[in-house]
Amino acid sequence: MASLALLACMATASLCAPFYARDIAHTDPFRSNVAGSFTLDGQQIDIMQPDDNPLHLGLSPVGPTWRAPFFLGADSQGRDVAARLLYGGRNSLLIAFFAAALCMILSATVGIFAGFFGGVLDMVLSRIMDIMWAVPVYLFAISLSIVTIAQGLKIGPFTIASDNLLLPIFIIALVYIPYAARVVRGRVMTLRNAEFVLAARSLGVPRFRILMVDILPNVTGSLVALAPLLTALALLTESALSFLSIGVQAPAASWGTIIQDGEGLIYTRPMVAMAPGLAIVLVVLALNVLGDTLRDALDVRDSRRENG
Amino acid sequence: MQQGRILFLTGLLAATCAHADTPAPPSPGGVLRLAGTTSAGTLDPQISYMHVTYQVEAIVYDGLTTFPKTPGPADRHAIPDLADAIPTPQDNGLTYRFHLRPGIRFSNGHPVTAEDVAASMRRLFRVNSPTAGPYYSHIVGGDACLRDPEHCTLAGGVIADNATGTVTFHLTHPDSEFMDRLAFQHASILPADTPAHDMGNTAPIGTGPYRIVSYEPTSSMVLERNPYFQQWDAEAQPAGYPDSIHYTFGLDPESEVTAVENGQFDWMEGVPLDRQAEVGRRFAPQVRITDSLNVFYAALNVNEPPFNNLLARQALNYAVNRKAIVIYGGGPTVSVPACQMLPQGSPGFEPSCLYTKGATFEHPAQQWQAPDLEKARDLIRRSGTAGQHVTIIAPSAAGHSAVATDLRDTLTDLGYIASVRTISPVAEFAYIQNSDNKIQIGLTGWSADYPAASSFLQTLFSCATFVPHSDNSVNISQFCNHDIDALMQRAATVAVTDRAAGDTLWAEVSRRLMEQAPAVPLDQARSVSLLSNRVKSDVATAIYGAVFSQFRVR
Repeated sequence: MASLALLACMATASLCAPFYARDIAHTDPFRSNVAGSFTLDGQQIDIMQPDDNPLHLGLSPVGPTWRAPFFLGADSQGRDVAARLLYGGRNSLLIAFFAAALCMILSATVGIFAGFFGGVLDMVLSRIMDIMWAVPVYLFAISLSIVTIAQGLKIGPFTIASDNLLLPIFIIALVYIPYAARVVRGRVMTLRNAEFVLAARSLGVPRFRILMVDILPNVTGSLVALAPLLTALALLTESALSFLSIGVQAPAASWGTIIQDGEGLIYTRPMVAMAPGLAIVLVVLALNVLGDTLRDALDVRDSRRENG
Repeated sequence: MQQGRILFLTGLLAATCAHADTPAPPSPGGVLRLAGTTSAGTLDPQISYMHVTYQVEAIVYDGLTTFPKTPGPADRHAIPDLADAIPTPQDNGLTYRFHLRPGIRFSNGHPVTAEDVAASMRRLFRVNSPTAGPYYSHIVGGDACLRDPEHCTLAGGVIADNATGTVTFHLTHPDSEFMDRLAFQHASILPADTPAHDMGNTAPIGTGPYRIVSYEPTSSMVLERNPYFQQWDAEAQPAGYPDSIHYTFGLDPESEVTAVENGQFDWMEGVPLDRQAEVGRRFAPQVRITDSLNVFYAALNVNEPPFNNLLARQALNYAVNRKAIVIYGGGPTVSVPACQMLPQGSPGFEPSCLYTKGATFEHPAQQWQAPDLEKARDLIRRSGTAGQHVTIIAPSAAGHSAVATDLRDTLTDLGYIASVRTISPVAEFAYIQNSDNKIQIGLTGWSADYPAASSFLQTLFSCATFVPHSDNSVNISQFCNHDIDALMQRAATVAVTDRAAGDTLWAEVSRRLMEQAPAVPLDQARSVSLLSNRVKSDVATAIYGAVFSQFRVR
């Protein structure tokens, strides 16, 4: 429950990003503001602060004020980190959720067909999965991103612009298909020889009906248990791609891009990189705990059904 | 041809600074350890156009003239080096007769002769030196050498007399910067038998106090003393302190800073912005901040909408917030807002800011104050260009991208539909030069090979330097104004006999150029270097930056 509550909090906070930026911080988190200033305790403060070293070398963005604006400080372009963190959460969570959902749909399709029909179809699909699985996931994702980020993706008459969130969603979903499809295929191969499936076959029930009525509902449990873990993996992958500038594109933000923004400030304003890093850790932790809980719960139900 | 090398040449023309301890007798010896990000590329001094090579080879090679390697008020003016004096121009500036100093030897022991000088000038064309055309083609025979480098003779252009040790140059037209150009690295004097091809990783023989004994382009370079060197002029080529100099390449700037802080290296240049506060706090006595003659600017294509409209160009100049640009550049200690294309410290520079709040063309301000958005919006309204699409082309380096994003916001404020396209820094400069790419705004920088107003104004904005359909057309704005061209020509001619009068004319050129606003000057950068605590004293000059031969290490 705690993990669900945490996830709900993060999602709600992210959804409130426009409200925070407009009505609380009174800032535009997508616009450079290095030459700007703000009022704190009645004092006008420059967003970029000179260092007090003898040579007057270096400028640092204002640090956390622990109140709006600049609750978590500013980044190197003078933007409110807290507001960007919330906006970034919207993109990161959205990409992770939809990438995981798309991945589950595709991997369920592949796994069910390969596991249920077997034979040549299984061999072909399994080898394709093996080949995809042989390529390190991040390398695969980075390669696809680099190819598509320059010109976008053109599929027939449809074009997805390079700054469209669909691109990272598709790429992340694709690279994790083998991860989920192998689990589904294994489960389906077990179910294929289960007594209730053999009974249905012997009664002459059409194969499509067996798939929909007997196989799919029993696979759903495994998929649901996988969902949080896939979402966590998708979130981590999205963050990595965005950190490398090949995921979410500027001026939009994601937790990965904010960590990249903070990379150059790690010595002077570590909060810029730490805040999104902490958000990623919390969400991934919550998703993993949720995944474990679901797996335990659903495993029990599946065994009852099989035994029953 | 000069290249926009501000990305590579930060600090090429560093301002004078010397940081000697209290007077102490020279104590030669030790190993000076330098850290660099990228290697030097080819070592051929007549071909290389990299800052690393320029800086290192300043103590390996000599020209007939050079820029002083000791700091002083006159260290931006060429002085005699292998020649015993700067010759008086004859034939109305068309003839210069040099006399070589006696007794100077190459590092292989052979004496330097007049024929070596003539052969070096021919070789410069034969190896297709990048500056053969713009700097030396006005030597009689130079045009023929450009057309057929392999058979270059410079007949009638460079006449050597070994018996008297004299070399006579004949020019096709007077050149007030000829001594500066002879002092540039590409006019280094090499033995006459130096192969007429790019020597690559093998350093040709030189005359300076050091010779390059090993070079691995990806990892290191080692210099040792030239056994035949005897100091002939303490200003032109002083004897060196370190016994050897080890240059290590391939470190990222962050690692370089850490390594110098830890005493693993003795010098690095280009302290990253995020480490500047740290080194300023903890290592202030070991930090060197040097002015550079450079300008970072946005070239506006005067042949493409909307900047084919003068009012639109002027509006953007008024609107750009240079305070933000300075902050992106690292703050006021290392960046100065630019109001004109001629950087501060350059000959002909006069403080004048047309595009700042409170200034008019009749009464320009002394320096930039604040953007004038009201005036900018009025100009945009009168230009009728609002609503047009504008794409900014910028190098994909972090600092440049940030400036491009800021420019995009400014253009949006003015009513344009603006976007940024970043291109690899290696490819961007060539891309924005080619008129086929029809860029609207190109973000780039420029630093000069030697301190002269023409290096900025004439090179970047004269009709002759706009070459359509070429990747090598440094007049990125495609600007061509025959009146300003004529004024530039007049300034160059006057400077042959009266440098001060020439400088006054160049200041006028700068002002009239900015009235036409073919570019938005953004800022002038300073370079930040860090020394280890092993370095007892060091020297930097206006032209070379750090002079490694003058570093004393414990």
